[in-house]
Amino acid sequence: MKFTVDWLKNHLDTKFNNNQIIDKLTNIGLEVESFESSTSELDTFIVAKIINAKTHPNADRLKLCDVDIGSDKTIEVVCGAPNAKNGLLTVYAPPGSIIPKNQMKLSVSKIRGVTSYGMLCSESELLLSNESDGIIELKNNKYANKIGEKYFKNTSEKVIDLSITPNRPDCLGVRGIARDLSAAGAGKLKINKKSNLKFKGNQNINVTIKKEKAQGCTTFGSCLIKGVINKESPKWLKDKILSLGQKPISAIVDITNYVMFDLNRPLHAYDADKIDNEIIVRSSSKGESFEALDNKKYILENDMCVISDRSGVLGLGGIIGGTRSGTEYSTKNILLESAYFLPRSIRKTSKQLNIDTDAKFRFERGIDPLSIQEGLIKASELIKQICGGEISNLDIKKIENHKKTIINFDPFLFEKTTGFNVENKELIKILEKLGFDVSKNKKILKLVVPSWRPDITQSIDIVEEIVRIKGYEHINTSEPIKTRLKPTLNYYQKLFHFLQRSVASKGYLETVTWSFTDSKINQLFKEHEEEIPIVNPISSDLNVLRNSIFPNLLFYLKKNLDRGFKDISLFEIGPAFKGKNPGDQLTVIGALRAGKVSRLSWNDKERIVDTFDVKKDVIQSLFEAGINKDDIIIDDRTPSYYHPGKSGGVYQNKNEKNAIAYFGEIHPNIIKKLDIKTEGLVIFEICLDYIRASKQKIKDSKSEYKFSDFQKSERDFAFIINKNFKSQELVNMIKSVDNKLIKSVRVFDVFEGENIPQGKKSIAVNVTIQSEEKTLNENDLDNINKLIISSVESKSGAKIRS
Amino acid sequence: MSDIKKIKDDYIDKLNTENNIEKVNNIKSELFGKNGIISNEFKKLGSISVEERKKLASNLNNIKDELQNKISIKIQEIETKEINLKLEKEKIDVTLPERNIEIGKIHPVSQVIDEISSIFSEIGFSVEEGPDVENEYNNFTALNTPDNHPARDMHDTFYLDNNKELLLRTHTSPVQVRTMLKGKPPFKIIAPGRTYRSDSDQTHAPMFHQVEGLHIDKNINMGHLKGCLNYFIKEFFEVDKIKMRFRPSHFPFTEPSAEVDIGYEIKNGKIVIGEGNKWLEILGCGMVHPNVLKNVNVNPSKYQGYAFGIGIDRLGMLKYGINDLRAFFETDYRWLSHFGFDPLDVPSNYRGLSR
Repeated sequence: MKFTVDWLKNHLDTKFNNNQIIDKLTNIGLEVESFESSTSELDTFIVAKIINAKTHPNADRLKLCDVDIGSDKTIEVVCGAPNAKNGLLTVYAPPGSIIPKNQMKLSVSKIRGVTSYGMLCSESELLLSNESDGIIELKNNKYANKIGEKYFKNTSEKVIDLSITPNRPDCLGVRGIARDLSAAGAGKLKINKKSNLKFKGNQNINVTIKKEKAQGCTTFGSCLIKGVINKESPKWLKDKILSLGQKPISAIVDITNYVMFDLNRPLHAYDADKIDNEIIVRSSSKGESFEALDNKKYILENDMCVISDRSGVLGLGGIIGGTRSGTEYSTKNILLESAYFLPRSIRKTSKQLNIDTDAKFRFERGIDPLSIQEGLIKASELIKQICGGEISNLDIKKIENHKKTIINFDPFLFEKTTGFNVENKELIKILEKLGFDVSKNKKILKLVVPSWRPDITQSIDIVEEIVRIKGYEHINTSEPIKTRLKPTLNYYQKLFHFLQRSVASKGYLETVTWSFTDSKINQLFKEHEEEIPIVNPISSDLNVLRNSIFPNLLFYLKKNLDRGFKDISLFEIGPAFKGKNPGDQLTVIGALRAGKVSRLSWNDKERIVDTFDVKKDVIQSLFEAGINKDDIIIDDRTPSYYHPGKSGGVYQNKNEKNAIAYFGEIHPNIIKKLDIKTEGLVIFEICLDYIRASKQKIKDSKSEYKFSDFQKSERDFAFIINKNFKSQELVNMIKSVDNKLIKSVRVFDVFEGENIPQGKKSIAVNVTIQSEEKTLNENDLDNINKLIISSVESKSGAKIRS
Repeated sequence: MSDIKKIKDDYIDKLNTENNIEKVNNIKSELFGKNGIISNEFKKLGSISVEERKKLASNLNNIKDELQNKISIKIQEIETKEINLKLEKEKIDVTLPERNIEIGKIHPVSQVIDEISSIFSEIGFSVEEGPDVENEYNNFTALNTPDNHPARDMHDTFYLDNNKELLLRTHTSPVQVRTMLKGKPPFKIIAPGRTYRSDSDQTHAPMFHQVEGLHIDKNINMGHLKGCLNYFIKEFFEVDKIKMRFRPSHFPFTEPSAEVDIGYEIKNGKIVIGEGNKWLEILGCGMVHPNVLKNVNVNPSKYQGYAFGIGIDRLGMLKYGINDLRAFFETDYRWLSHFGFDPLDVPSNYRGLSR
């Protein structure tokens, strides 16, 4: 909402200076976006002096002028004016200027083979007079020391631009803003002058509002103004329209716009002679169409509120008028409309047709239903004053009466909500200045809400009115109450925190990427999940919710590889979506490592990252986050986007369907498809939601501290075993021989090939044996050795290597 | 006797100049071996008179001690020299680089969320979460923003179905709705998380982060709201004083509503929070609208309280001097390394919010 201080003062008697007004507006909730002079198209025209005028080499009647425009260098301009001569002070328009007479935009152009940078102007071109025979001759005494300055003074007043919240339609008019300021003590709201407008004759174009279920119009006021002469607006009106950032069109249109911004009362002027017999306000039928004033043709749906005549649709009520009945300079007779349209209907129609206009913006927020007459009278007065004409009696058709909103307000609610007290007297004064009708019934105030405040429906709205006018600075700053109702974080929130920092501590950079991704990449990772398209994506390559974190992670891996990075460790923790309903999402960590370990190290061998690098990272992170070591099982069931032979899953239970984590290489097909060029690429993921919550805190779950001081013994075994036999099983098999005595089993060598039969491998393990009761003698140890060998051999078909 | 004295002097001289451990050992056996010179002298003692023996023995013992002492000192001396020589040879260039350090980092958004959670934890708030996909009811209707409300236009919403029933939440406020629906008052929560608007330019990203706050109890008023936010902003920016301004505004789900500005100034091209006479809008807040409380089955005549919503990314940008919002989400390795935080840098009260 834009307006000038002058305009505001039409409605407000105030001693406040501009800055005080600006501060006050902000303090009462009318946020000032800016306070600046509006830029004018005329700003570009500057005073210049012709230094040297010579004849154009290719045209006798043209001149080539060196022009001083107040900058370091002179400008060369081609000019056809006979009066262009050395030393002449005139007006220069640089390229880019818009010439007022013909609205042409100047560009650098060649005239008869010579480039002309801009133009020297005649009075007629600047609409100063009809003088077009030569360029302007400025008086030496006045302009000699103004070369380079703007020719037209930007006399336009500074414009206040307010950002009005959607609850305040009343402040979409200058008068409403003045009223708010007056309530806040910034002056006195001026009383509207009683109009002494004389009406003559009846409005003889019949108006009917059809009583239909979807009728979007409740009141239609109008009057006929006959015998007008439409013309350009006078300067004061043009200035007002310009200050709004709009273009003056004609007096009739400018007046309706002016009243709209002045009183927040949208109006529409029809060329009465173009109306076919009568006005019918009705709901549209699907397929009806009309050409609107924005020069677009709209095809309507059912139940849109239209203003029509016998020939069809004239316009969309409260949104936009049609070209068929639009006013022109030649218009003689006007039908002026001032109506009330329901916000809901306006909003629905404008959404469906995607139209945004000033009228629509106001009606959808709620126009004062009692401003119909005031609007007609104010506009008619101005039309009569500027364009002449005779005004008919006002014709007001209604199908519904305005109902007053009454609120019984207990002033105690104010203190209860805001924490501070305002005396009843002051409170009533504020409300009355805002337009409320206040009467007292014991402690309760009976308030009649002003018709221009559709936003106020209940007591809390009154509290807001009082506190915002009184000023938020009166609210005390209470010390924060520290009472805690429950722990800050629950188990999974802590897990999130631990895993996030644990993974980062393994050398991974955390990233945050969009929750959406490219369906083409997502499809490679979505497994059996459904694709979740976004109906209105920001771009076609961010068109689905991600089913996995990897599509984005790999996308950005590629970008970083392109930036020249070779060794990259990245991870993200965030949602992966399983369906399109709320809650169909999992919290997941996705991580990747690309490139080499120990690249360019003077003492370590370079090595491409491999599955066991990420296996360590994922397992260690899980341990650090509190997952019990004995609680996990590694399996080779993994999603299809992993390398089928070089990937594993971490399960908390052998038969669990969902792994808590996966790790390994990405399927080579995917790397190829995504064209990722790196020496090595391994990934892991952890699904936090699948991790079993530990019910006990560490203080309750810590096991008893037991240790043994008796002699430890270590024995090595090497077994020849089937190639596909999993080392994890062998280890468990050995441990289960004697859980008490066997403290640990470590695989220290695995190989195939030489001396090992086809289809077999050799696994060497180191077993630590220790009793908690005694020092084991040779005999005891021998027995265990034998037991280990026989047990492994019989259960796995392995053979001990001798 | 003088012979022995001479022998002794000779050997002492020899030992003084000797630097070879083997040769010193040879001397040792020459003197004290089975047929060593000194050993033999002792043997001779048996064949002389008692009186002489006494004198001689004492002498001999002194000479023996002196020589042995000399030998052991010499050995030690040589050994020390040799070890030093060996160590000297083993010297390495410790300025050669260590094995690769792999430095991971926490994203600024995560760090700021942890900072925020830590601050609110201090004054008794717990953390709640809600889904990124919401239904239209929780995101708008329950929050007193019915279908025909113009405020909906301010939220450019991503939809997941053509009926506009399912959407990506445009703010964290639906967590208020979920929290109150599933529990009983009082409520004292914050809810950080991802939010989405179909808006993308230099200063807007289609995804960003907010933290919602909600405190509902019997007598919570706007003074508490002011106190809570004043505390938060001061703690967050780690300044002693903060210039804050509450401005009336409008949100459908709070009434009265306010926007909060903080004072700042630009010093040497850097933004300084808490001073100066420029204002920067940083959050929206207000008293929870009675209609919202009714929608979540909380009796507004018994319970009342405040809610607020803060843009996390923006807070982070202000605090850590990050200029470009879009860069948060572009996964540039250089940016992540530069603006990321050490994983051990866990914001907490006793260790300080940030290093």
